Amino acid sequence: MNKKIKQKEFIIEKTLLLFAGITIITTIAIILTLFGESFLFFREIPIWDFLTGTTWAPTLKPRSFGVLPLLVGTLMVALFSSIISLPLGLGSAIYLSEYSNKKARKVIKPILELLAGIPSIVYGFFALTFITPIIKQILPQTEIFNVASASIAIGIMTLPMVASLCEDAMMAIPDSVRNGAYALGSTKMEVALKIILPSTATSIASAFVLAISRAIGETMIVAIAAGQSPMLNFNPLASIQTMTGFMVNLSLGDIQQGTIEYKTLFAVGAMLFMITLIMNLIAKGILHRNKVRY
Amino acid sequence: MIEQEENKQQKNDRIKSRLILNKPKNNEESINTSKENIKIECKDIDFHYGTNHALKNVNLQIMENRITALIGPSGCGKSTFIRTINRMYEHVVDTKIEGTIHLDKENVLAPDYDVTELRKKVGMVFQKPNPFPKSIYENVIYGPRKHGLKNKGQLDLIVERSLKKAALWDEVKDRLHTSALGLSGGQQQRLCIARCLAVDPEVLLMDEPTSALDPIATLKIEDLFQALREEYTIVIVTHSMQQAARISDNTAFFLNGEIIESGLTDDLFTKPKDSRTEDYITGRFS
Amino acid sequence: METFQQKNIRKRKLKNSILHIVLASIIVFSIIMLLLLLYQVFSEGLSRLSWSFITSMPSRFPDRAGIASALAGSIWTIGLTIIFSVPLGVGTALYLEEYANQKSWWTKLLQLNIANLAGVPSIVYGMLGLAVFVKFLHFNRSILAGALTLTLLILPVIIVASQEAIKSVPSPLKEGSYALGVSKWQTIVGVIVPYAAPGILTGSILAVSRAMGEAAPLIMIGAAGYISFLPKSPLDSFTVLPIQIFNWTSRPQAEFAEIAAAGIIVLLVLLLSMNAIAIVLRNKYQNRMD
Ligand SMILES: Nc1ncnc2c1ncn2[C@@H]1O[C@H](COP(=O)(O)OP(=O)(O)OP(=O)(O)O)[C@@H](O)[C@H]1O
Ligand SMILES: [Mg+2]
Repeated sequence: MNKKIKQKEFIIEKTLLLFAGITIITTIAIILTLFGESFLFFREIPIWDFLTGTTWAPTLKPRSFGVLPLLVGTLMVALFSSIISLPLGLGSAIYLSEYSNKKARKVIKPILELLAGIPSIVYGFFALTFITPIIKQILPQTEIFNVASASIAIGIMTLPMVASLCEDAMMAIPDSVRNGAYALGSTKMEVALKIILPSTATSIASAFVLAISRAIGETMIVAIAAGQSPMLNFNPLASIQTMTGFMVNLSLGDIQQGTIEYKTLFAVGAMLFMITLIMNLIAKGILHRNKVRY
Repeated sequence: MIEQEENKQQKNDRIKSRLILNKPKNNEESINTSKENIKIECKDIDFHYGTNHALKNVNLQIMENRITALIGPSGCGKSTFIRTINRMYEHVVDTKIEGTIHLDKENVLAPDYDVTELRKKVGMVFQKPNPFPKSIYENVIYGPRKHGLKNKGQLDLIVERSLKKAALWDEVKDRLHTSALGLSGGQQQRLCIARCLAVDPEVLLMDEPTSALDPIATLKIEDLFQALREEYTIVIVTHSMQQAARISDNTAFFLNGEIIESGLTDDLFTKPKDSRTEDYITGRFS
Repeated sequence: METFQQKNIRKRKLKNSILHIVLASIIVFSIIMLLLLLYQVFSEGLSRLSWSFITSMPSRFPDRAGIASALAGSIWTIGLTIIFSVPLGVGTALYLEEYANQKSWWTKLLQLNIANLAGVPSIVYGMLGLAVFVKFLHFNRSILAGALTLTLLILPVIIVASQEAIKSVPSPLKEGSYALGVSKWQTIVGVIVPYAAPGILTGSILAVSRAMGEAAPLIMIGAAGYISFLPKSPLDSFTVLPIQIFNWTSRPQAEFAEIAAAGIIVLLVLLLSMNAIAIVLRNKYQNRMD
């Protein structure tokens, strides 16, 4: 009887360990597949040409594998979207933690959650059918597919994430700290900017990095609204292609394993993975350094 | 009448003679005298939380069908000690125990001693009532059911018997299937005692069972102990000197992880041998 | 005459009010964006929404196009994803919280790894699915391959949410169970999981809704084909709502934008009802608890 229970417990523990192990296997599999195919890719295309080339034409002859246009496109989207998500997310967080009362918070938080829960495909639709026409009306030279529209949509989509990460950090500061300042006659603004912001600076920085990383990995919005033209340009009103946009575009066709297209897909995927991984580690690192404790 | 008195006197003398700490004891005799058995014998217990040496060479005999009170200032190791008896420390990481604890002559600290069997024999009641967020009925049958009992009739019987023993039956018999969290603190604690009794233990370990309760609920539980004493061996940690004096037969005084003094409650409180014991029970301790 | 100090205070108060207004308008901006988005979707799509839209297969002709195969594909994929991901996620969380030695390097590695996986872009999971499930295991472009890909994608979310929920179980409850001689697994089933259930449920539903809205990883595994039949087994090829919406959005004709919007309405309704179910279940559980 007891031996049976012990056996059962043992089997369960090992099963759960196996479940947990799946997460490790996942990471290993990601690394192996991405870098395995990339390795094959770089046997054909010199890595230097890949990283510094300015022409991206992997499917059209004459083929060219300079990834800079994709990289620049991706970074432009990340930059422009963070112009929206970072300040507005931070502002929302300050409002929620320092200015709003409980009742307002109860209304605002679900709205932000809803905004965060809407699938990116919907934001893509919104960007293409709503934001782009408005931009075009203001600036007629805007192309149908453009960086600005996709960036605005990504900015709105990642705003709630910034807000909630920052707000969590701000709410963790005990009220006694605020009350001390209020007792000295400080206004809410002074408390927010001189006490709350400095002491949550690391969390805010970490949230910012995470938001940018999210924007870099975002796919459907750029696939729909930013275009599929891998030109090296810095004009936010023009069409570009991002790394993710390229990957989606290529996958829509039928690609065979072993072809250069298939390998290119993984090379770009590996680069995307590396960039986001490094950013996520940076975000974690910032958070772990000088964590303020109360 | 007179005979009975005499009997009691004899009995007390026997207990006195045996309960002094580390006094060499005659095993045959204790087996033969039916009511004065040593139920639990702890020898040379050393306990570590990581590097914190929480129990130092603790020796104690716990008598069957008696109430043993453990007293001592906060942090002296009472809870740690009581948790060694049912091996609850196994759920804390990085602990180390040395020594032996014999329950009915078997060393419960031996690796092959089954902890499930141990805890079925040695029940535990905690400082704060901790009923499960389930119905009163479900709380009581939780143990028996997990130990494999499925028969509804038997389970019903266990519920009634356990709740009656815990002096809770009359208060809850009409609401067995309502949430246990709707009970008062004192009722919840008695429910936890009933939950314990439902697995038919022989020993009850109680870690400050009344410290979260009001005086009236405390009194009820103290009365309950006197009734339970007939059937069970009870070990109780308490911070209340009055409680220890009121309800216990034997007392052990802990200080800094050591037992300073142990023996009959009456003796320990009226003529303590160690000055530190005296300081503590007279409240001169800081 | 105002003193210098009074003037100073007035200035500070004014500044404070300005910041208040600025911050409040940021919130208002978010709310307006949400409303605009919903307005845009509904104004475009509502007129296209009909019973035949839901029961028809996709078509080159906007008037005849429907979402039947995509809807069925989504339900199949999500159903399988739930079956795979919830036991795996909750099991891993239980392992981490109840079994693993919190101080060991192995546990730390697991935790760090899960945190990092949560930040991996969804499209990368699509590549993993393509290489492992589609090509290596030869599941081809099937529902099974899609569901497994989505499972890996949302696993970290479910694990983290479940861990939080399991952490919140008061240790006196666990001790109460252990002290009765009840084994670890029995305690998990009897006390820990029931107590943590609302949190696990909420986290899982959030994760599953995320999977339901994902298009990118499934496009990577090749689920973007033209599907005009209802899938009958996990090995059938398939498409899902977000991909169908993507297809329609990518076409230049205005009619297709309208049916894309109609598809979005269906998707949003599904997501909202899943969340509503989560809230109802959670409340029911919580009422039972107290
Ligand atoms: N889980 C634990 N991990 C590490 N150290 C512990 C743990 N529990 C208790 N200790 C330490 O062991 C010593 C004895 O603690 P214990 O809880 O047994 O004291 P106690 O006599 O029950 O005190 P109290 O009257 O306050 O309940 C203390 O120094 C305490 O800090
Ligand atoms: Mg204690």
